[in-house]
Amino acid sequence: MSKSNTILYLDGVSVSFDGFRAINNLSLVLDKGEMRAIIGPNGAGKTTMMDIVTGKTRPDEGEVFFDGQVDLTKHDEADIAMMGIGRKFQKPTVFESHTIEENLMLALKGPRSIFPALFHRRSATEARQIDHILGIIRLGDKRDELAANLSHGQKQWLEIGMLLAQDPKLLLVDEPVAGMTDAETEETARLLKDIARDHSVIVVEHDMHFVRELGVKVTCLHEGSVLSEGSLDFLSADERVVEVYLGR
Amino acid sequence: MITGRFFAAGADRRVAITIFILLAVAIIVPLLNLAVSSTSAFYVPSYVVALTGKYLCYALLALALDLVWGYCGILSLGHGAFFALGGYAMGMYLMRQIGSRGVYGNPLLPDFMVFLNYRELPWFWYGFDHFWFAAIMVLAVPGLLAFVFGWFAFRSRVTGVYLSIITQAMTYALLLAFFRNDMGFGGNNGLTDFKDILGFNVQADATRSALFAASAVTLALAVFVTWAIVGSKYGKLLMAVRDAESRTRFLGWRAENVKLFAFTVSAVMAGIAGALYVPQVGIINPGEFEPSNSIEVVVWAAVGGRGTIVGPIIGALLVNAGKSWFTGVLPAFWLFALGGLFVAVTLFLPKGIVGMWDSWRGNARALRAASIAEEAGTDPDVPPAKIVRSAARTPGDWSASGPEPQPAE
Repeated sequence: MSKSNTILYLDGVSVSFDGFRAINNLSLVLDKGEMRAIIGPNGAGKTTMMDIVTGKTRPDEGEVFFDGQVDLTKHDEADIAMMGIGRKFQKPTVFESHTIEENLMLALKGPRSIFPALFHRRSATEARQIDHILGIIRLGDKRDELAANLSHGQKQWLEIGMLLAQDPKLLLVDEPVAGMTDAETEETARLLKDIARDHSVIVVEHDMHFVRELGVKVTCLHEGSVLSEGSLDFLSADERVVEVYLGR
Repeated sequence: MITGRFFAAGADRRVAITIFILLAVAIIVPLLNLAVSSTSAFYVPSYVVALTGKYLCYALLALALDLVWGYCGILSLGHGAFFALGGYAMGMYLMRQIGSRGVYGNPLLPDFMVFLNYRELPWFWYGFDHFWFAAIMVLAVPGLLAFVFGWFAFRSRVTGVYLSIITQAMTYALLLAFFRNDMGFGGNNGLTDFKDILGFNVQADATRSALFAASAVTLALAVFVTWAIVGSKYGKLLMAVRDAESRTRFLGWRAENVKLFAFTVSAVMAGIAGALYVPQVGIINPGEFEPSNSIEVVVWAAVGGRGTIVGPIIGALLVNAGKSWFTGVLPAFWLFALGGLFVAVTLFLPKGIVGMWDSWRGNARALRAASIAEEAGTDPDVPPAKIVRSAARTPGDWSASGPEPQPAE
């Protein structure tokens, strides 16, 4: 496999915790600009895979490359985030005691050291960027509210907005529609498809309607490695996927 | 939203009022002590000046702790160590000022060194006969210790109760070290019998008043600096690290550096508090490193309201005034009262006095708005109480309401 023209390249990755192999010889390649959905039963290693890509967990063996040449196993979370990988957690994680605007402010691309932050004044460009993102995530009228007062779905959007503010090349989105109403789910699918136009995206999701809505290539993980890969229809017809995940 | 902004302005106004009061006190109290006849009703006795000066130093220490605990969630149980180190640096200067007026009349060595058969001044005492050198050490020693300690602790991602325990261990280790006679800091007895500071007699009323004024002005300055830090983008980041540390990491911030900066600034503030404290009480000994001292500081901040700027100051003043009164009336029961106070505050005032006051005011305002709206026959647009008071100032570890800091994943 050639690494060039890939945004993410995992080859033979394994990691175990206390003897349990959470990821077992996993290989996965994401092309630049591609959106991919990842499905799989609980404990299939979806979140662990994201932990490995974002530097939270070091793999025991295997190669993890970003953008064709950067070895991610040699960097930590902050480095990797600065290189252009954004991550949304399974449980929406925003800064609850700050307003929506402040949340975006802290996420906005820019210098990440202490002294610039200490003497920071908001520039007109930054204000414009924040307005732009608030428009995308449809929280413009709530900009001065505390993030704690948002509904679950709105927190999910705010977190996606924070990812956008980071301006990453690759977004890892863990269960973006968990706990959302059907209308919100549709809305989120539209939002992610929009984002996927100029970003590479990996979406982990259990909601099959949502995955169908996205209409992208799907990878099914099982026991830490790839079970099957292809369109959702292809996977639905795959005996093994039906066996372990989709059910009969 | 408007109430939110108003309240933000309200918090700023409160800080401005505090600074104003401190500066006014710095002028008025010395005047009432020095310029008013001792028979007048307005006369402030010297012992009151010394006592309140001491309280102001405690208030500065509580504010320093609040910067890391209230705003960054680092519960340091070792802040007394930074306070004591600042105090020792000042004490060493004051010892060198005694000169040949000591009991043994040795022009080169302080009394305790003569007593312990020192031949010459240990190298780390060099420079302390200059005030400027001691002043730099007051800042540098606690700052450096905090930097090195924090560097290792935060880099290794030691958090929560484990961090609290190692800060406690740090101050206990220093306590044991300073108790040793061969450390060269006077051992058990510490440093005392001070004569002059900058050429003025430390016992004189005028000097005491000047030290009081210096404490009040320094506290005012520290309030301003804390307010500026907390209000900056860095301050928002500090609270973000408190509430969702891993989120900040995945946004590209180095949470360990964020904590390290606050921890170091806080230690320097604590050191300054110690340096102002020592000439006012006239002694510094290893007892200041006692872990229970550091825990008391936590109680002050909790009583006043952590995560607020004014709260720890009010807490330190109230608890210490209570202590002075209580130890006079029922000395045997003070520790029980302190323990009871901490339990009561944790149960009934989780946000401290200032936090409670704010939510009470917020509720009253919401009720009033509701009744006005009702009279006008319009839909009452009552903001929930928790919006009214910016919860940025409400770290919610203990509180049932308000945003809880949530661990990511």
